[in-house]
Amino acid sequence: MELTLWTYEGPPHVGAMRIATAMKDVHYVLHAPQGDTYADLLFTMIERLPDRPPVTYTTFEARDLGGDTAEIFKNAVAEAYDRFQPRAILVGASCTAELIQDDPGGLGRALGLPIPVVPLELPAYQRKENWGTAETFYQIVRAFAGANAPEAGTERPPRPADKRASCNILGATALGFRHRDDVREISGLLRRMGVEINVTAPLGARPADIARLGEADFNVVLYPETAGLAATWLERTFRQPSTKTVPIGVGATREFIDEVLELAGLDSARLPDDELTRLPWFSRSVDSTYLTGKRVFVFGDATHVAAAARVAQHELGFSVVGLGTYTREYAREVRAVAEELGLEALITDDYLEVEATIKELQPELVLGTQMERHIAKRLGISCAVISAPVHVQDFPARYSPQMGFEGANVLFDDWVHPLMMGLEEHLLGMFREDFEFNDHSVPSHLANAGSVQSAPDLEQQMVTSPAAGETAISGVWSLEAEEELRKIPFFVRGKARRNTEKFAAMNHVDVITVETLYDAKAHFGR
Amino acid sequence: MTGTALASPSVACAVDKEAPVLRERGQREVFCGLTGIIWLHRKIQDAFFLVVGSRTCAHLIQSAAGVMIFAEPRFATAIMGEKDLAGLTDANEELDRAVEKLLARRPDIKLLFLVGSCPSEVIKLDLSRAAERLSATHAPDVRVLNYSGSGIETTFTQGEDACLAAMVPTFPAEPADSEKSLMVVGTLPDVVEDQFRRLFDELGIESMQFLPPRHSTEPPTVGKNTRFLLAQPFLAETARALEERGAERIAAPFPFGAEGTTSWLRAAANEWQVSRERFAAVTETKRRRAELSLERYRDRLNGQRIFFFPDSQLEIPMARFLSRELGMELIEVGTPYLHRHHLADELSMLPETVVLSEGQDVERQLDRCRSAKPDLVVCGLGLANPLETEGLATKWSIELLFTPTHGYEQAGDLAELFARPLRRREKLRV
Ligand code: SF4
Repeated sequence: MELTLWTYEGPPHVGAMRIATAMKDVHYVLHAPQGDTYADLLFTMIERLPDRPPVTYTTFEARDLGGDTAEIFKNAVAEAYDRFQPRAILVGASCTAELIQDDPGGLGRALGLPIPVVPLELPAYQRKENWGTAETFYQIVRAFAGANAPEAGTERPPRPADKRASCNILGATALGFRHRDDVREISGLLRRMGVEINVTAPLGARPADIARLGEADFNVVLYPETAGLAATWLERTFRQPSTKTVPIGVGATREFIDEVLELAGLDSARLPDDELTRLPWFSRSVDSTYLTGKRVFVFGDATHVAAAARVAQHELGFSVVGLGTYTREYAREVRAVAEELGLEALITDDYLEVEATIKELQPELVLGTQMERHIAKRLGISCAVISAPVHVQDFPARYSPQMGFEGANVLFDDWVHPLMMGLEEHLLGMFREDFEFNDHSVPSHLANAGSVQSAPDLEQQMVTSPAAGETAISGVWSLEAEEELRKIPFFVRGKARRNTEKFAAMNHVDVITVETLYDAKAHFGR
Repeated sequence: MTGTALASPSVACAVDKEAPVLRERGQREVFCGLTGIIWLHRKIQDAFFLVVGSRTCAHLIQSAAGVMIFAEPRFATAIMGEKDLAGLTDANEELDRAVEKLLARRPDIKLLFLVGSCPSEVIKLDLSRAAERLSATHAPDVRVLNYSGSGIETTFTQGEDACLAAMVPTFPAEPADSEKSLMVVGTLPDVVEDQFRRLFDELGIESMQFLPPRHSTEPPTVGKNTRFLLAQPFLAETARALEERGAERIAAPFPFGAEGTTSWLRAAANEWQVSRERFAAVTETKRRRAELSLERYRDRLNGQRIFFFPDSQLEIPMARFLSRELGMELIEVGTPYLHRHHLADELSMLPETVVLSEGQDVERQLDRCRSAKPDLVVCGLGLANPLETEGLATKWSIELLFTPTHGYEQAGDLAELFARPLRRREKLRV
């Protein structure tokens, strides 16, 4: 039993819903109690999709349990077919129905519908949403593309000289973090490079499109979490190679372009220049100097964390002081990135552990999910969201990709915007006692004052909160030292307090004086 | 969905003298009782809700809460894994460990609810025994109770009913010779509680209490001399538990709108034999003020046709309020369950032409709704935007539970909830 306040991922059948909802002409019949229909609101309220997800729930009740829940399931499938006329039906069970073992796959097939019925076995007590997404997509790809698979061992015939190179774009789903905009951005990039797009899936694809996947020369895998499994199978079955780089950030986008050129057998002369990216210049412009070494903590799904850590460190000149992921399936990749940066990755889906780590590290910026946004808000730390789980705000009205060159521009804006502007930060530091520079001050360009309001309570929390799992640190603050500490801007004060206390403990200082404060400052640097 | 036998909805009007009801069984598009935790955990300030369930349950509460709450929530889920399913003894040990961990983190908790879910019920994990065991371990600091919020047993607001019903047996008995006292039952916003307390006070009903209490350490007393008024229409089990302890229900419509609030107060006043004059003196100005606040919305809502999908069980009192006080025309009033006894007064106030439906087959109901083309649809969060896309104006029913709506001073706010979607559509030129 796992004690959970907030979860990063839903159950695996929500992953299946993300695939079904992304696609067209597919319907999902889920054996589940009525409460599970809450999942509809993820799509209709959070993503603001205009249609209900194509999902029928059996909504069996306790009184049905002794009777024939299997019959309820069969009727639900039959009625869903009649009403929605899909080209394929996915069938499966949520956590509760898994326990009553009605075998949705067998029941669905027994109906003898004139369309394929794809059974989904998503073990709800072992797996989670992202796994369910990947597994569902894989099952659909196998079911529809599988029919057109060449005999095992057949080499892929070379592409005719008069035929343009083509690819599939794989991985975008409903409820994905900026998936729709990423697809648009990368599709544009590929077309400008002269690569044809055979099928984009699952987002927008029909079962008939899935059947054509094998026709492309290679696959572009945007989100390994959702498309990795299917891409591996396609590689094995159709000898279709796939891209390995996720094009988030300028460097990664350039690498991705090289990869695509290679896979498409294209001449590098046709490489589009970086005409669209402003990030490199913005990062080099003098006003960005103040970004140097800003302490950043990164947390989210593996794909976005790995990319964000590199962008933060190398393209914005921040200093990544911690990173981690809740995607255990891709822990290895995140660990490798952490190692590159001389860090140890935090692999956990325990929100409290992430919170404790952020408190411990006292970063100046958190790049995380909506969960970390809440943690950061409580701690008065700036934050930008880089990954699912999502919130209604993560579906902005404007075009806002994360990938490609325009995506890099978005990253620059979204990550730099929540921070104090450079000169403003200096003024705050110099004139702490200005009556208008109180701890409620937020960056002047952020009209909404709410976000940093809890800052004064912050130190209190950091020192006393039992949630932080920290040991009480020695050293009593003298009145003067406390006052001096208060002159330090709130966004670095937590760090200063912690360093000073650590320093005091190290040196067996009982009473922290102003001198101790500056000794610690000299010892640790900023 | 339940086959041809049940495919055609039955209309039981011929036999029933009472209003005809369309009964349907198909896909229900309603949350389960776990949802109640979202408001209950804020109301009882020293209580904590531990759902014993699956990742789905955790995800439901988190998603239904919409935005995550700034303060640390007083609820959590003990997510069962494969190991827990395999052996029940393990599950109990695991649960004890989870509770241990939780209470260590939150020493301020005085009342812990173990909340059952579909999975915990299907594997027959006995949470009442677990609660007893844990109560013994953690007494006297923490009391542990249990109830079910599972979707196979409860819909949406029934979770609150189950929670309150679980508390009732723990309330101290009132002294046998005590005076008649009033208990108002059902979660109300603090501000509304205070208004009601003042009103009853002015009526001369001084001994009064609320269920749920704001602190578990100050529980109401209950006994033969307790008379209770339901503030919500979904509290069947709680009422039964109170009656088992000797309390008597005062039958009344629910305190929504000027008329509903007056009738509700009058039912209590009659029980206490408050004179007509005194009742008028206390309520008259407030009632008129409420009516005045409704006046502003009458033009907008009068004659507008409204369709209710079943959700919170508040549908019938809302329909009564909207039809009688604001002149709205009722097309279909759906409710997940129809508790005829508690709703008797409400039902008698509905127009005769009303179509009531109980249970749900969401696809068929959507068909009916589309063909009726109502001016306003009251529905759950999953349906609202899709219906808006189809051109129908909607109001989410969950808001009826998250907004102060009871009593005189909130009558106007309640009308506003229904008027705003219509006004907004008029206003928009995009
Ligand atoms: S319906 Fe059952 S399984 Fe689903 S969230 Fe509610 S209690 Fe959990």
